[in-house]
Amino acid sequence: MSAVVDLPPTRPASAAQRPGFLRRLFADYGQELVVLAAIIALFVVVTMVNPRFISANNLTTIFSGNAYIAVAAIGMTMVIVTGHIDVSVGALIGVLATISGTLAVAGYPVWIAWLAPVLVGMTINACIGALVAYARIPSIVVTLGALSIMRGGLISVTGGTWITNLPPDFLIAQKSVLGLPVPLVFMVVLTVLAALWMRYSAFGRSLYAIGGNAEAALATGIPVERRTVAVFVIHGAFAGLATILFATQLQVIQSTVPPNLELTVITAAVIGGVSILGGSGTVIGSTLATILFATIGSALIFVNVSAYWLRAVIGLLILATVLADMLRRRGRI
Amino acid sequence: MNWKSLLRHETFLALLLVAVLIVLSFQSDRFFTVSNLLNQGRLMTEIGLIAIAMTFVIATGGIDLSVGSILGLTAILTGVFWQKLGLPLPAAAAGAIAVGTFAGFANGAIITRFSVPPLIATLATLALYRGLAEGISQARSVRGYPDWFYVLGQGEVLGVPTQLWILAAAAIIASIILAYTRWGRTVYAIGSNEVASRFSGLSVEKTKLALYTASGFAAALAGVIFVSRVSTTRSDMGTGIELDAITAVVLGGTSIFGGRGTIAGTMIGLCLIQALKNGLSLAGVKGDGTIMLIGAVLILAILASNLFERSGTR
Repeated sequence: MSAVVDLPPTRPASAAQRPGFLRRLFADYGQELVVLAAIIALFVVVTMVNPRFISANNLTTIFSGNAYIAVAAIGMTMVIVTGHIDVSVGALIGVLATISGTLAVAGYPVWIAWLAPVLVGMTINACIGALVAYARIPSIVVTLGALSIMRGGLISVTGGTWITNLPPDFLIAQKSVLGLPVPLVFMVVLTVLAALWMRYSAFGRSLYAIGGNAEAALATGIPVERRTVAVFVIHGAFAGLATILFATQLQVIQSTVPPNLELTVITAAVIGGVSILGGSGTVIGSTLATILFATIGSALIFVNVSAYWLRAVIGLLILATVLADMLRRRGRI
Repeated sequence: MNWKSLLRHETFLALLLVAVLIVLSFQSDRFFTVSNLLNQGRLMTEIGLIAIAMTFVIATGGIDLSVGSILGLTAILTGVFWQKLGLPLPAAAAGAIAVGTFAGFANGAIITRFSVPPLIATLATLALYRGLAEGISQARSVRGYPDWFYVLGQGEVLGVPTQLWILAAAAIIASIILAYTRWGRTVYAIGSNEVASRFSGLSVEKTKLALYTASGFAAALAGVIFVSRVSTTRSDMGTGIELDAITAVVLGGTSIFGGRGTIAGTMIGLCLIQALKNGLSLAGVKGDGTIMLIGAVLILAILASNLFERSGTR
């Protein structure tokens, strides 16, 4: 049964009294605007310290070099909105990149090498989703297990060697469309499409309903279990798309799991305004948060702070965001 | 009835452990020797200490993902306090353990004061504490500790590795606390129904704060033992150890939803994992293959216990 339910908007404060446009914008996208403001402020300050910060070269590094994280964070946002989590996405991207690169080197047409990670990602995550939805194992446990299986499996199979001699046609992340780098185009188009889909489609709204209150969602006729599997499958597809960008950005693919990638992706989703309790958040926020991290990472270098402090800064940032989210909720109740 | 099902899970697990030990001792002559088994005990102490504290945390329905980072931070600080600040080594180690314990306290404060879900709070501090370790160390390691310090991690007392005594003492004390004290019973009550526990007048917040602090202390102690065992400090120490600890706890029959679990179960789970790791490597399987197997064991164990539980309640 397809559930076409008329769900209230996620942040009901705006609908009730019909306040002005700006106020509504802030009520609906408060967190996203905060992140955007932080990015702009950071750009202004760092550029004053070191004008080379806004050179075309550095901008490409910031936006294109991290687009794959933003794409993966779109799927992660959907998973967290539904009230679950996936700590295995970094390992998944590592596995998919190796599959994609191996196919490309073996001489298969490049479109097969691009399609394979998407399909395999969807299949693997369908299994994870089924274990979460039907076997009722908490997603943190399933994905922790999947993380070790994929990490261990990848290293045992490849021995950690690098894949080299990638065919030039395969390296799509290094090309550009209409003068714009492909990763940037991917990031923007996928973010906009996913944001519209999550805000306006019945399916998208049902994810917020499930994350807000799974029992109530079930009572309104939403097939919660099937939707949960579907969300993980979609998340797998985004992981596959992210893999295409990740695997093709350099001339080689390291056949190991990118360290802490899952943490970066989860952090992007959470900072972008996805409530850690499920039930709210947008992919615009997660993409902006990815850009914010990339900007911070780059800024640290430009103002001569050791890159070893990057993770501490990001950790502090997550903590501050999470605390602000909890305080805001408490204020509203 | 609850006690019976608990006993059944642990008995089943213990039998599995015996079976694994028998199979592995046939696979390799070097496995079932006193020196190898004691050495394995040495290797599992750090995970074991963390897993004991984690059993309490998970039994309340919480989780602590930051333990690996606290371990790394403590290790780095031990080296830095000793070498850079010139403190005597015992004071440096004690200071580092104090910081690690405070890190655990901070987790608890974030979780109880701001009602942040433990998963997210400790995921954030996982990044923060590891980041502090990396920032403070600037990727430089500290070596050359005095010989007496290695007694903790490499020495023996009465023919048994020093740290195994610590682990055994911790396990006995913890199981008595969890099973027989009012405080231990509070842990189960919180895990079964937090709201009801609060209405029954139990000090839910205080208990949770104490548990996360204890978890930080256990990770910090494990950090110092780790440094003593491997003779050096590096900022990436203990990466992923939270996974091993959680696997041991969950394999040992502690419900990830809280309300159920014992220290004995955790210790059996711990031995089972260590036996598998060691036995497989002696049988020629590489470390990465073992990681895979542990992931699969984790998922299958929970799947099996979920199925048993469902058939039991009906």
